[in-house]
This record gives sequence, C-alpha cells and structure tokens, in this order.
Amino acid sequence: MSNAVNARGVSKWFGDGETRVHALRGLNLEIRLGELTMLMGPSGCGKTTLVSVIAGLLDASEGEIEVLGERTAEMPANQQIAFRRRNVGFVFQQFNLLPALTAAENAAVPLFVAGSRQRDGVAEAEALLGELGMANRAHALPRELSGGQQQRVAIARALIHNPRLVVCDEPTSALDAESGHAVMALLTRVAVREDRAVIVVTHDSRVVEFADSIARMEDGHIVEVQRRHS
Amino acid sequence: MARSLSSGFRVWHPDAMDFVAIRMLTGDRGKYLGLIFAIALSSFLIAQQSSIFAGLMNRTRSQILDVGEADLWVMDRATQYVDEVFPLRDDALYLVRGVEGVKWAVPLFKGQAVARTMDGRFRSLIVMGIDDASLTGAPRKLVLGSIESLREPDAAIIDLAGYHFLFPGQPPRLGELLEMNDHRVRITGICDAAPPFTSAPVLFTRYSQAVNYIGRQRTEMSFVLVKRHPNVGEADLARRISEATGLRAVSRNDFGWMTILYYIRNTGIPINFGLTVLVALIVGTVVAGQTFYIFTLENLKQFGALKAIGASNPRIVRMILLQAALAGSIGYSIGMGLAAAFFEISSRQEALRRMFMPWQTMAGAGGLVLVIVCVSSLISIRTVVKLEPAVVFRG
Repeated sequence: MSNAVNARGVSKWFGDGETRVHALRGLNLEIRLGELTMLMGPSGCGKTTLVSVIAGLLDASEGEIEVLGERTAEMPANQQIAFRRRNVGFVFQQFNLLPALTAAENAAVPLFVAGSRQRDGVAEAEALLGELGMANRAHALPRELSGGQQQRVAIARALIHNPRLVVCDEPTSALDAESGHAVMALLTRVAVREDRAVIVVTHDSRVVEFADSIARMEDGHIVEVQRRHS
Repeated sequence: MARSLSSGFRVWHPDAMDFVAIRMLTGDRGKYLGLIFAIALSSFLIAQQSSIFAGLMNRTRSQILDVGEADLWVMDRATQYVDEVFPLRDDALYLVRGVEGVKWAVPLFKGQAVARTMDGRFRSLIVMGIDDASLTGAPRKLVLGSIESLREPDAAIIDLAGYHFLFPGQPPRLGELLEMNDHRVRITGICDAAPPFTSAPVLFTRYSQAVNYIGRQRTEMSFVLVKRHPNVGEADLARRISEATGLRAVSRNDFGWMTILYYIRNTGIPINFGLTVLVALIVGTVVAGQTFYIFTLENLKQFGALKAIGASNPRIVRMILLQAALAGSIGYSIGMGLAAAFFEISSRQEALRRMFMPWQTMAGAGGLVLVIVCVSSLISIRTVVKLEPAVVFRG
C-alpha cells in the first residue's frame, strides 16, 4: 500500500431540500504515505470538511473512501473510534490543549485515551518533548507557553501514539511567520516518514515550500494536484 | 477501567482519563469553588433545616418522653395530642386498674399555669402533676435535689432551662420560691427535662398540689399512666382497656407520634421548613447546574479534541459524572461539616438545646445532593454527547 488515503467520488452535503449545502462534490484524491500533502484553497471550499471525512469525524454522504487500506465509513461507530485512536493524530489550529494539564500531560492524552497508565504516558511524552526541543518546558502549563511552544506540544500529542496518518488543520495560522516556519520545519522533520502520511490544511502560502504534494480545492472539488517528486 | 472480582462485583479503578477529568475540573478554580460552594450551601441548608424541623417536632412529645415508666397512656377519646387534653372523670383510674393485665395505673395531670417569682418576674409554665403515692412520672435526670423531695409540702421540681428563665443569672440552687394561684411553691429539685415545644418552664409536683396551682375543676385528671404485666402485649392491653372503659389507650411511642402528626397536620411548621428545603434544593441545582454547564461550554473545544483523538462517548460521560460526583462529594462533606458545627455551637443556646442532626437528615441531604449532581451534569452530558468532534476544526 503506498496510499494512505484513496477518495473516489466523495460528496458531503449538510441539510436537505432548499437548505442543502454541498461541501464536497464528487471529489477524487490520493494521499501518499511518506509525503506531506497540503490542502489549499479559499475559505469555504471544503478543506476542513474533507479532512474531517478522511479522519472519520464526519461520514461522507456519497462515494468511497479508504484510509490506510480500511473502508472506515463502513465500520460501526465504536470501531471507527478505535481506528482513529490507533491510527490518526491531530494538530488543531487553536492547539486545543487542556489548560489544566502540563505540556507533558497534554502530549500524553492520546496514550491516556488508549488506556495507558498516567506515569507511563507522561514519561513517554517527556521523552518526545525532549526530541522536539521542549525538555525544559515539559511541566509548564499551556498558559505559560508561547504559541509556537504550544503548537510543539500539540505536535507531540499528535505523534505520541505513533499514528500512520497525521491531520493538521491550519497549524500555523495562530502563529507569527517565524514561529509558523519553525513549526512546519519541525513537522516535516519528525512527522513525515515512509509509513506515515501528513495532511496539512492551510491557506498560508508562506509554508508551501514544505509540501511534497499540494492539492488545490475549489467549491468542493480538487482542481489541481501538484507533486514535488513525481 | 473496571475489573470484575470473583464475587461478580464490578469495581471502579481510576485511570489516567479520570485524572484528566479531575484536573480539568480543579484547574478552573473559579468554577470549581463556585460549584462546591453551591452544593455545600444547599446541603447545609437542607440538613440544618430538616434537623431543626425534626428537633422541633420531637419537642412536641417532650412531656411524653419524660415519663419513662409507663407503657400506655389512657385518655379521653377526644384527646388528640398531649398539649390539649379533655379531662377524665376520677373513676376512670379505677376502671383502668380493674382491667386484667394492668400491673399498675396512676393518674397524671398536665396543665398550664402562671408562676410569679418573689421579685415580680412571671412566666407561664407547664405543670405536671404526678401520682402522690408512687411519684410515677417524675423526671429521671436531676441536677439538684431528689425525687423524694416532692413529698415535702409545697415542693416542686423545675427543669433547668425553666429555672434560668425565672431566675436569670443565678446559679442553680434549691429553696427558691414561686407563687402560683395564691399558693406558695418551693423549688426542691432541678431537673434536666427534655426541652418542651413552647420553651416554657416545666414544673413537676404532686397531683394533689398541681390541681390547686391551676384551680380546681369538676374533672381534672389528664391521663392515666399504665404499666402492663410482662405476659401481656402492649397492643392487646390497649385494646382491653379501650373496650372496658370506652377510653383511648395508646402506647407511649404511639402517643408521641400522635402528637407530632397533630402538629404536622395542623400548623404551618412543616410547610415553612419544607419550603426552605425546597428552595435550597432548587437554588443548589440551578447554581450547580449553571456553573457546571458554563464549565462544559468553556471546555467544549477540549471535549471535542478528546473525541477527535478517540475518546468514546461513554468515556466522556464517565469523566463528566466523575467531575460532578467529586464536586458533589466535597460540597456535601463541607455542608455536613458546617451543619454539625452549627449544632455544636448552637446547642449552647436554649432555643436550640438538644437539637442535633440525626443520620436520617444526613442521608436525606445526601440523596438530594445526588439529585443536584445528576440533574446538573445531565445537561452537560447531553451537550458533550451530541457534540460533533469535527467542531474542533472550526477555528
């Protein structure tokens, strides 16, 4: 398997009748393992809806979607949740760190959700934060961290359980140019590897240089896919 | 994670997500303290008001409780409670004594009179006239003096609280004089009687003297106190006495409850206390519910992130219930501590003497706190369960 995601004829709409809104319209897309794929397009074009469907947070209204070789839409709900827990990591635009937990505890949350003991999860998170240059901030609360540091913690949280698919929604939009660049460099260095795919939803043209592949969307369609290495 | 024991019980073992739940709650100090305060205040009011109500109702039967020797109280059928008595004819005593199974029967008088001290202070008090011969019905706990002193002329035993009412600031001593209905009364004993409902002093004297203090009537005897033979059941003897005499015969315990129920049915006391308890419950639920809901709303993105990461709905529900249970437990404990402290301090006040918090009001308050916790968490649970995890992507 070389594709992390295969989407064929995927449509997603919300509402019915006259109030129906088509977010995705018969979309086709392949996302390869070992690559950082950027999804770009104007606001409202369906980028967030597409990654939500890929990540299993929303069900497609039509079409087929395979994630890591599994037809996740056909799974029962609890299996979908378990699949996501094992295989998907998330980096959110607003970080969404739990304000009462330390950096290490936040990074360890996916392990907690999977049933790991608190002490073991925190130890693993501290080690990973060390690799991300956050060793001396592992016990700080989110409010004591800069935006860039919080996003590093979020990246650690996305990677700690060794997922094969990492979904990042506007990871640099809450950061200044320098911090955003640093975060993308970090993501490229630690997240991208042969058996993992990274999807970055962004409209920040400053970070295009980090992409292995760029899929441009408009009005619920993929209009263009550019690959750095063909 | 739960683990089954061999007995089949499922035991809850806290895990890392429970730690996350607790930290989410305690991390928001303002909401956390607000939640605990609301529950603490609510549980304090519920327990305190219920206990005072129970204590007040218990006081309505104080004179019944003070008479420990008798198994049955015999009275006119029209008598409904201890404070309003239709007097019996004198021959009622002999009729009762003639019933098989009666070991002994003695008269008891209960009435109200005004007593005046030598320095002009006066007070309405409860007069208990006990059997001249046996002194049955005399108070059992004496602070000063002896029961036998009642055989002396003009002798009376007064309760300690009543003594302080009539002789404020004076240390308890015997020999003080009162005037009642132109009769001299000499305090020959001071007792520790159960506090009466009306907080009036209680005076124990011989039957023959008591009727003089009130003023002679054609019929005076309030009750006949009965002791049963050991081989006769209480209910059986009560029935026999009723059949033989046409009077009402009830056990000491039943008469106590008759009195309590009379006050419950015929006064506004239960409604007043009940309203306070209801208001405490409603306010506690609303404030706790609102605080908890706001806390959930402010953490909605975080809950969404947890769901996106792979936390299931049951797991998240368990987190919310744990948060509510923790706040409820701490709030309840503080509330009970405050209530216990209240009764410890207030027991030194005459108005609340011997009031305490029975375990039943603690259990009842605990049950109502559980209602508060469940209702206040339900709205939050509903919100989070319906939350689409994709909401975290909407910046």
